[in-house]
Amino acid sequence: MSFIAVVPAWNEEGAIGRVVDEIKAYDAAATVVVVDDASIDGTVNVAEAHGATVLRLPFNVGIGGAVQTGFRYARDEGFEVAARLDGDGQHDASELGKLLGPIRAGTADLVIGSRFVDPGGSYRPPFARRTGIRLFARLVSVLGGQKVTDTTSGFVALSRSGIELFAVEYPHDYPEVEATLVALRSGLRLTQVQVDMRERQAGSSSITFVRSLYYIVKVTLALLVASLRRYPRLEAARR
Amino acid sequence: MTPLRASVAGAIASIILILVVVELVRGRRLKERYALLWLATGLVLLILSVWREGLNTLAGWFGVTGYPPAVLFAVAILFIFLVLLHYSTVVSRLTDENVDLAQRIALLEEKLSRAPPPAD
Repeated sequence: MSFIAVVPAWNEEGAIGRVVDEIKAYDAAATVVVVDDASIDGTVNVAEAHGATVLRLPFNVGIGGAVQTGFRYARDEGFEVAARLDGDGQHDASELGKLLGPIRAGTADLVIGSRFVDPGGSYRPPFARRTGIRLFARLVSVLGGQKVTDTTSGFVALSRSGIELFAVEYPHDYPEVEATLVALRSGLRLTQVQVDMRERQAGSSSITFVRSLYYIVKVTLALLVASLRRYPRLEAARR
Repeated sequence: MTPLRASVAGAIASIILILVVVELVRGRRLKERYALLWLATGLVLLILSVWREGLNTLAGWFGVTGYPPAVLFAVAILFIFLVLLHYSTVVSRLTDENVDLAQRIALLEEKLSRAPPPAD
């Protein structure tokens, strides 16, 4: 099945080359699409030099809008399996096999690389962040009707149904949590697999205190609104 | 009772508002659909300023006994809220359309870079 890796990147010239190489090392036939969210550094050149297809947004649209560009490409070009990895190198491409397994077997439409499936996992975030992650996981589990352990993970794999859904329904900022709920409410089959995430390779996290407050309020509101909306059920579209 | 001066000032202010909005539309600096709420604001304020009995009655309904022109403020603020809320929906729609266009440009440029050069 044709496989595409979608990698959103914003000023990641220091990390993007290795990210592309590692995906190619996992699957030499993979199409790697780097979505450049109007970087002002050499992200585009580095990505192209490493053999990625680069989609260049004319101005910064935010992580969700960038990721969605990749899913639109995947939909238009007819890809059957997609994965999303971050451009900063925190997602380990050698774990792609675990994520793609359930999609290839036809048992899932959305596979989330979760840091908390296995209670013995090595990831121990600071208290505040852990609380936030748990809170959202609880909320999505209740509103979506399925237990989810890590809704903030950006390391995910999608079936064709998942690609088609996210190409048209994907939140534009802080998208991961809301997208998980949208997927559940649209009837996608969701599976989680345990993954480890690395520390950032370069640059610094964009989450500050004020932003994390905005993040919590915005995402909570988005979840409540999303649970009031109707989404197209996707069962009929499945093979 | 509404003081006469308050009525005159209110009427002048609403007439100025209406004139400015009409002029902006005439000069094509404001689209009709976005001018409608402003015109409605001006008209309602003008009517309430000139029709003193109406303003007094309205004030009575809302229990404003001391100073009826306060109702003018309340109505004006209500309309400003409406206009701002309307603009928030417009900005939201434009944001979505903007992102959609940016995504299409990125996709089209990539497609264009793959296309063979035109034979001429």
